[in-house]
Amino acid sequence: MTLEQLGVGETGIVKEFTDLEMSVKLMEMGCLPGESVRVSRIAPLGDPIAIHVSGYQLSLRRFEASTIILQ
Amino acid sequence: MKADIRVALVGNPNTGKSTLFNALTGLNQKIGNFPGVTVDKKIGYTQLPDGRRAEIIDLPGTYSLYPKSRDESIVFSVLAEKATELTPDLIIVILDATNLKRNLLLYTQVADLKIPVIIALNMIDLSKKAGIDIDINKLAEKLGVPIIPVSARKVEGIGELKTAISYANKFALQQESIDVSALAPGIIESISKEIDTDNPYFALQLAHQHETLKFLTPAQSDRIEELEKEHGFHSQKAQASETIARYNYINDLLYDTVKTPVTAHDESISNKIDKVLTHKVFGFIIFMGILLFMFQSIFAWSEYPMSLIEGLFVWIEGGLRTLLPAGPLVNLLIDGVVAGLSGVMVFIPQIAILFAFISILEDTGYMSRVTFMMDKIMRKVGLNGKSVVPLIGGFACAVPSIMSTRTIENWKDRMITIMVTPLVACSARLPVYTLLIALVVPNRNVWWIFNLQGLALTGMYVLSLVSAVVVAYVMKFILKARERGYFIMELPVYRMPRWNNVLFSMYERSKTFVLEAGKVIIAVSVILWVLSSYGPGNRFANIEKKYQQPQFTKTMTPDSLTRMISTEKLENSYAGVLGHVIEPVIKPLGFDWKIGIALITSFAAREVFVGTMATIYSVEGDADRIDSVQDKMRNAKNPNTGKPVFNLAVAFSLMMFYAFAMQCASTVAVVYRETKDWRWPAAQFVYMTALAYGAAFLVYNLLK
Repeated sequence: MTLEQLGVGETGIVKEFTDLEMSVKLMEMGCLPGESVRVSRIAPLGDPIAIHVSGYQLSLRRFEASTIILQ
Repeated sequence: MKADIRVALVGNPNTGKSTLFNALTGLNQKIGNFPGVTVDKKIGYTQLPDGRRAEIIDLPGTYSLYPKSRDESIVFSVLAEKATELTPDLIIVILDATNLKRNLLLYTQVADLKIPVIIALNMIDLSKKAGIDIDINKLAEKLGVPIIPVSARKVEGIGELKTAISYANKFALQQESIDVSALAPGIIESISKEIDTDNPYFALQLAHQHETLKFLTPAQSDRIEELEKEHGFHSQKAQASETIARYNYINDLLYDTVKTPVTAHDESISNKIDKVLTHKVFGFIIFMGILLFMFQSIFAWSEYPMSLIEGLFVWIEGGLRTLLPAGPLVNLLIDGVVAGLSGVMVFIPQIAILFAFISILEDTGYMSRVTFMMDKIMRKVGLNGKSVVPLIGGFACAVPSIMSTRTIENWKDRMITIMVTPLVACSARLPVYTLLIALVVPNRNVWWIFNLQGLALTGMYVLSLVSAVVVAYVMKFILKARERGYFIMELPVYRMPRWNNVLFSMYERSKTFVLEAGKVIIAVSVILWVLSSYGPGNRFANIEKKYQQPQFTKTMTPDSLTRMISTEKLENSYAGVLGHVIEPVIKPLGFDWKIGIALITSFAAREVFVGTMATIYSVEGDADRIDSVQDKMRNAKNPNTGKPVFNLAVAFSLMMFYAFAMQCASTVAVVYRETKDWRWPAAQFVYMTALAYGAAFLVYNLLK
């Protein structure tokens, strides 16, 4: 299951990434394996999405969210 | 200005870094460019309690020393390059107390460079309110650095921070964070030997960033490249394991120093605001409302100061004319330099107002929500959520809008935004449109409420947006991306704007514009002045002689005589000659050589069109009744056919030309400034002129 498949308000735990380049950026922003993420909202047109991670809100595109595999 | 100690200010975006910088330095700051790149370098000075003077450099906000944009790449090179005029003696890392974990990543990277460092723990008031309990003493002890709690917004703790700067050690005493050498053992040792450094993290950063660092010689950079191959160094893998190691360290560190409640108070308020502002329906309505208000204000509020500035320059011109003896040099000064200067200064109100809005929208956190909402639409046409603001700002003026594209990290998205922004109908086109529409479109209503003239004007504005989107879409396929586009962006908590920052941003942007774009504009207006006030051979002398004959001096008032002379001079000037030269080229568009003169002089600025038209068609006016430009143009007859020059086809063809052509020296100057490459403004000039010619040709032949 990837982060992209979560609905608003749902929570997951990051397990690993499918894209190395993207993972480097995501991890710098606090989105690391073992970290819990919650989808806080979805943009009016369905993309990007906003997630709550390590104490703040981060927005990313659906494609980017699909590279994050959850436990 | 010599300083006793140089301090670099480093921190994440949205941590209140600029606010702290302003609080430390007050108005005592200057803005320049970092050598070789268009990144604003802000330097300020502050007096320390022990009487010494500190120079403070505000570095661009970044989440890590690994850069994602050009702005961010400055940070490591300033911190790491030894013995330059920017090398800091001390680093202040500013941390957001409400989000310590992510902020500490950058701190641990900076600390490992082994430059003396102190921490300014900002937003301490907000973190207390949110119920976050930070054991500052314990944290400081664990890190081995002084931590000063501050609230930059409320100007609290600034005195303590200054004291800490004055007591700062000359040597780096911070604790090791992670075992850097273990991250990439072989290569760190080899580079350390090669470059002669005893700092393993510096060596590791060189392995990652050597390609973009200017202070390495090409030989050194090549050698590092070889070493990378030798040791099988993989930059992204190494970065990933470094980040994981650092966050492990940070989690340990925070485990017994910081207690965070489950949901922070601030965030829940922010959440409620977001529910409305990014709502499916209300979100867009509110955004449109804000844009409309912004757009209206830029027009309405700048009108008065702009007329004041114009009035001031008229007054200066008049004063200079009475004070100085008449002559070509004085004319050059007044009609070339002063006129050019007034053309620059008159933009200041619009620039200042647009940047006031932009800085309020950014400061409150709303701008990132706009990006969030618009990203999907904008991406389809090759732009980015962040392109919305420059494009809308383009309705007022392309110059500040192009300056505001710096917030777009992605190179390709930023370039496309810069290339299409001048297509948006800016305020300088408005006088041209209103004049031409009033000339050929009847002032009557259709379908009860719609005024035909208003519809035509609206049509021109809609056309401008549509053309910007279409051109962007085409460029999406032409331009090659330099980096992979991604959209990982913080949505900061909503906060009240800081009015000081708003004022600073208005001041800074206006100053940059006057200093940088001003040079080119003045140069262009001097050239245009020469072109329109000198003619080949002794044509001018002959005109003077002709009008000294009694048949003119006896029968005409001095006023109309001067006007006739200036009209005839313009016809015979180099600009007039050029107008004749380009006549065959512009004839298919329905333009004669007189309009050609206006096209040439409009290169400096579009609104010059009206003034040039007034001069060219001032022939038949008599002193008692000076006709308006509009009447003069209406009466203008084609000498061959006897029909009016400005019929529907010609007027709309002209409007098309002004809609698409790049007739603005300021924009050309600012595009060069932002891209640092003449090929960009050149390409822009060529494609826009081609588009203008094509559109005018089409419209003229359809309406003829």
